[in-house]
Amino acid sequence: MKLTRVIAAAAVAALTVGVAGCSGGGGSANDDESGPVALQYWLWDEAQLPAYQACATAFTEENPDITVNITQLNWDDYWTKLTTGFVSGTGPDVFIDHLSQYPSFSTKGQVLDLTDLVESDSVDLTAYSPGLVDSWYGVDGGLYGLPKDWDTEGIFFNEAMVKDAGYTDSDLQNLTWNPTDGGTYEKTIAHLTVDKNGVRGDEAGFDKNNVKVYGLAAPSDAGGTSGQVLWSTFAASMADWNYLDKNPWGTNFNYTSTEFQQIIDWYFGLSKKGYMPAFGVSSTNAYAQIAAGNAATAIEGSWNSNSFATIKGVEIGIAAGPINEQSNLRGSQKNSVADSINAATKHPEAAWKFVKYMGTTACQDLVAAKAVVFPSIPSSTEKAIAAFKENGVDVSPFLLYNDASTGRTVAAPVTLAADELSDLFGDAFDNIWLGKTDASSLTPVVEQVKKLLESQ
Amino acid sequence: MTTHRMQTIVEPSRRRSSRRRNDFAVAILFLAPATVGFVAFYVWPSIRGLYLSFTDYNIFQAPVWVGLKNYEKLLTDDKMWNSIVVTLEYVAINIVFQTILALLIAVLMQRLIRSTFVRGILLMPYLVSNVVVALVWLWMLDYQMGITNQLLEWIGLPRLMFFGSEQLVIPTIAFVNIWRFMGYTALLIFAGMQSIPNTVYEAARVDGASEWQMFRRITLPLLRPNLAMVVITSMIGSFQVFDTVSVTTQGGPVDASNVIQMYIYKLAFSQFKFGYASAVSVVLMLILLVISIFQLRLTRANSSDLV
Repeated sequence: MKLTRVIAAAAVAALTVGVAGCSGGGGSANDDESGPVALQYWLWDEAQLPAYQACATAFTEENPDITVNITQLNWDDYWTKLTTGFVSGTGPDVFIDHLSQYPSFSTKGQVLDLTDLVESDSVDLTAYSPGLVDSWYGVDGGLYGLPKDWDTEGIFFNEAMVKDAGYTDSDLQNLTWNPTDGGTYEKTIAHLTVDKNGVRGDEAGFDKNNVKVYGLAAPSDAGGTSGQVLWSTFAASMADWNYLDKNPWGTNFNYTSTEFQQIIDWYFGLSKKGYMPAFGVSSTNAYAQIAAGNAATAIEGSWNSNSFATIKGVEIGIAAGPINEQSNLRGSQKNSVADSINAATKHPEAAWKFVKYMGTTACQDLVAAKAVVFPSIPSSTEKAIAAFKENGVDVSPFLLYNDASTGRTVAAPVTLAADELSDLFGDAFDNIWLGKTDASSLTPVVEQVKKLLESQ
Repeated sequence: MTTHRMQTIVEPSRRRSSRRRNDFAVAILFLAPATVGFVAFYVWPSIRGLYLSFTDYNIFQAPVWVGLKNYEKLLTDDKMWNSIVVTLEYVAINIVFQTILALLIAVLMQRLIRSTFVRGILLMPYLVSNVVVALVWLWMLDYQMGITNQLLEWIGLPRLMFFGSEQLVIPTIAFVNIWRFMGYTALLIFAGMQSIPNTVYEAARVDGASEWQMFRRITLPLLRPNLAMVVITSMIGSFQVFDTVSVTTQGGPVDASNVIQMYIYKLAFSQFKFGYASAVSVVLMLILLVISIFQLRLTRANSSDLV
C-alpha cells in the first residue's frame, strides 16, 4: 500500500515538473482572436525599453482588448532564446529584428511575410526615411519587417582632452581624411594620443609602447563582416562604394579593390603607430575606454549617444565622420532594426495591428520624446533630435550623411549565412589587426564567401 | 519495509524467495528516478545526436538524411583540426599541472594541514561558478586595467596580453581552470590517501625511509587506482572545456582558443548546422572513449596493489 502511494506521489511530482516545464513560454495561451489578447514583444536594448513600453501602453489604450508584455534580453542571449522560442513554440508574437539575423529566419519560414497585410491596409512605405525598407525585402521578395529606426556612426570625443590638445569643437567637426597619410583626421588623432611621459603622438620621442591615452578607442572586436564602428565610415566616404555587388542578397563583397584595401591597412595601421590600442590590449568596448579616460575619441553608433552623453565626469562632443578629401563627402553605414512577426504566432491580427501601430507617428513620437534612437519616420526623427537637444546632446552630426551634397550612406550588407560570413571575415580582419597579414588577404576570403553564398 | 515484515510473519516458509522479489521491486523503485534522468538526458540525446550526425538539420525544418557527408566534410575541415589541436594543447597543460599541483596539495593536507578551515579554503575556488571565475580572471588579467599587469609592471616586467595573444591564450585559460579545480582534485586524491593504512607508513618509518621515499614507494603506488580515476575524469572534463572560453575569448584571437566544444557550439547555435555539429560531437565522443579505455588499460585502474 505504501508502495503505491509512493509511486502515486512520484507520478504527481513528475507531472507537476512536466507542467512547470511547459508553462515557461507563458505567452500565447489565448487562441480566441475576439477575446482579450496578450501579445509577447521582445527587444534587446535596455535603453529602448521605456520608449517602447510607452508605445505599448498607448496601443492598449486604443485597443483595450490587446495587452503587450515586453521582454528585454541582452543581445548575446537574444538570438539563442529567439531560436529556441521558434522551435519550442514559446517565442514572442512580435520581436525587434536585425538585418544580420532576419535572412536566416525568413528563409526558414520563421517570420511572417508582411506584403499582403501592407497592401490590404494600404500602409504607406514611403513614409519611412529613404532606403530603410529596401533592406527588409527577403531573397524571395517578401517583406519581413517594418523598419522602426535608423542609425549612422560618428565621432564621440572627450571635450576636455580636445581642448587640452589645442583644438576647438569646430576643428573636430571639420576633419578631412585620405587613406595615404590620414589627413587632418590622423593628425588630430595622433596629437590627442599621449604616452606615459606626457609626449604626444606627433611629437619627437613618443613611446608608442607605453601609451596613456589613445587618440582613438579600440573597437571591442575586429568588426566582423561590415566593420560598422571601425572602418565603415571611411569606406562609405568613397564615392560609389558599396558593400556588395547587390545589396541585399549580393554575393560579391567589394573588398578587393586597391582603394578599399588601402583604407583597411591604413585603419588598422593606426594601432601600429600607437594611436589606437593594438589587438588584445583592450578587452573593453569603446564606451568603457572613453569613460575610463583611456581614449580621447571613439567611432561609435548614434544609438549610443545617450550612453556617452551621460558618462559621469566626462564632457562628450559629437562629430560626423571626416570628409574624404577626394570625394568631398562624409560617409557612414546606415542600419535599421525592424519589427517582425513570428510566423507561428497565434494572434497574427493583433500582432499586425501592433506592428502597424509602431510604424505610425503616434508611437514614433512617443519614442522620439525619450531621445534614445532616431525613429524611421522623418518627422519623428526631427522630434527625437529636438528631445536629444533638450537633454543637452547635439546629435545633428549623425544627419549630415543623409544630405547627398555633403555625405553618403551605404546600407549594411544583407546576405544569407551571415553568421558564417561574420566568422570568415572576422578571422581575416583579426589577422590584419594582429599584423600577421595585410588587407590583400581579403581577396581570397571574398572568393571563398562568394562560393559559399552561391552554394546556399 | 512494512510489507516485508508483514509477509515474514504470515509466511515464514517462503521467506527467502519473497524477500528477493521484494528487494527487486524496491531496487527498481530506487533506481527509477536516476534511470529516468539517465535515459532522458543522456541515452536519448546521445542516440539522437548520433542520428543527427548523418543528417542535414537546421533545427527549423525536419532533418534530411545525408549519409556520411558530414563525416567526409570533417576530414577536410581545417577549422575542426585546428580546434582539436587547440583542445589537446589545453588538455595537456591543464591535466599535467592540475594533477601535479593537486597531488602536492593532497600530500600537504595529509601531512601538514590538519585544520579543517584551511582544508576548506582550498576548496573555495571550486565553489564559485565557472562563469564568475572566468569573469574575475578576465578582469584581473586585462592588459590595460588588470591588477596582474599592474603587479608585473611594479616588478619591472613588461605587460602581457594574457587573453589577447595567440601564444598565451590557451595557457592562460588552462591556468584559470587549474586554479579552480586543483582544490577539488586534491580533495579526491586526499580521500584516496586516507584509505592507505597507516601501518604501512609506520613499517616504512621503522625501516628508516625518508618522507620522499615513502611518497615515491608507498603513497604513489597505492594511490594508483584513485589517481587513475581522477586523471580520467578530469581529462574528460578538460576535453569538454567551454564556459571559460565562451566568457573570455569566444575562441579568439582568430581561432587560437577555438576549442572543440566552442566550435561545436558556434556551428550549431550560430550557424544552425546541427547535423554537422553533431558529427563533430561524435568525433569528440570517440576521442574520449579511446583515451579512457587506453588509460584504464595502462593504469590498471580496476585493480589495487593494496591486497
